[in-house]
Amino acid sequence: MSAELDSLYQEIILDHYKNPRHGGLRDPYEAEVHHVNPTCGDEVTLRVHLTDGMVEDVSYDAVGCSISQASASVLTELVIGKKIDDAMAIHEDFLTLMQGRGAVEPDEDVLEDAIAFAGVAKFPARVKCALLSWMAWKDATVQTLEETS
Amino acid sequence: MKGLLPDLEVIRKDFPILSRSLAGGQPLVYLDSANTSQKPQVVIDTMVDHLERHNANIARAMHQLGAESTEAFENARDKVAAFINAPSRDEVIFTKNISEGLNLVANTLAWARGPLAVGEGDEVVITEMEHHSNIVPWQLLTERKGATLRWFGLTDDGHLDLSNIDELINERTKVVSLTWISNMLGTVNPVAEIARKAHEVGAIVVVDAAQAAPQIPVDVVASGADIVGFTGHKVVGPTGIGALWGKREVLDALPPFLGGGEMIETVAMERSTYAGIPHKFEAGTPPIVEAVGLGAAVDYLSHVGMENIHAHEQAVTAYALEGLATVPGLTVLGPLDATQRGGAISFEIEGVHPHDVAQVLDSRGIAVRAGHHCAKPAHARYGVQSSTRMSSYLYTTPAEIDALVEGLEYTRSYFKLG
Repeated sequence: MSAELDSLYQEIILDHYKNPRHGGLRDPYEAEVHHVNPTCGDEVTLRVHLTDGMVEDVSYDAVGCSISQASASVLTELVIGKKIDDAMAIHEDFLTLMQGRGAVEPDEDVLEDAIAFAGVAKFPARVKCALLSWMAWKDATVQTLEETS
Repeated sequence: MKGLLPDLEVIRKDFPILSRSLAGGQPLVYLDSANTSQKPQVVIDTMVDHLERHNANIARAMHQLGAESTEAFENARDKVAAFINAPSRDEVIFTKNISEGLNLVANTLAWARGPLAVGEGDEVVITEMEHHSNIVPWQLLTERKGATLRWFGLTDDGHLDLSNIDELINERTKVVSLTWISNMLGTVNPVAEIARKAHEVGAIVVVDAAQAAPQIPVDVVASGADIVGFTGHKVVGPTGIGALWGKREVLDALPPFLGGGEMIETVAMERSTYAGIPHKFEAGTPPIVEAVGLGAAVDYLSHVGMENIHAHEQAVTAYALEGLATVPGLTVLGPLDATQRGGAISFEIEGVHPHDVAQVLDSRGIAVRAGHHCAKPAHARYGVQSSTRMSSYLYTTPAEIDALVEGLEYTRSYFKLG
């Protein structure tokens, strides 16, 4: 019982939940999006700032459960300072992991702290919590790229 | 404990799902009955028997099975009519659920001509504690017709704020629609008092009894309402079936909802004429076996006795409120007096998100609901984004409440709160 729970609530997740990284909304930014999980009401407002093919900054204001909050925090740590293409590849990997129903072996070199979410993939009801800010980030990034191209 | 159903253990045996275990061999503690209730064996058996022995379409099959199926379906209407004390069985319309029932009313009011018509300058009054299904249809109606949607606010202790009732319900008011018992706050609303006020200005009164029908004896006449709807799956019946009662003169004055088979009197290429109530509102093949199951369900509840079920709910709710009060950092949303509320109790625990509460409880076999319970405005009113909700029913035991309270203590320790 507790082991099952512990696979969901990894220490890394609880740490990011209690001490979120890169939190708050910052300037400058090119796109701001607001994503909602309509079934539970979790919400995130997220901004991206891109320069010269790089993810310069990702800032956010989120309300929601430990999984969705921690996921936003981990996202920012992983993508800020990366090339946009590399960040998109990380996004793909994370999506594959979350949609893998617990059968996907995560690559720690790529996903770093995000491997802690491997356990979430076994809880179908929580996958959307973990993906909320990631989907918002992709949406905002694609919007920015479309506007500048 | 005073008020508990005396043969609670026998009742629990009527519900086969209550004896199953969950992952890790945990016994099921089902505290999500306001979401959907569990089903007694008699409902399951009645539905299986209908499918195995009497299945046929109704009201159009000229054979023995068709006659049996039609009789079973119409008998279910009689049972529902008796359950809510409807003056006439013809005033009971089968719907898919309460959402469809409320949409039926809001849509046909949009199409109505004459005194019931809702138009520019008219007002529709709802409340801030409504389920989304009693908000959105009225937003759609008022937007389409240029009417204005208004609502009763809520007091800090979870009741309707009636202080501005004379201003809110006025000569422009065409419809007042409200929940009898809140699915989030548990509040029991003074339906008869509000109906009296609405009728003084000639408005019609629509009551969402989705949470009331399972918990209190419902007498649609005494309620003072013109239309009362509920859903089957919360009264130990199946999903896919609900009922809408309306006064004959109101239902007669409303135009049809869906067009199709069964709702007509005669059809020509140029125009059609319509059947009388209830068939006017029942186009197409209805959910037959579900209606039959609903009939068995309300019979079951009537056999146990709605007064007894209500007393049981109040006893369990009072015990739950006491237990929840012992959990540090826990705040109940809504009235704290069990006699003023239904069996759904929403609460917050400082420092733990409701999803995480529900997840930890689920690992102990305890099923609750977490989220906004389709009542986002009511949550916003109290400055909370979401809550955890426990909801009991006639099969809930005090021991299950103890398990919940222990589970909440464990949740706090799991998330390392004081």
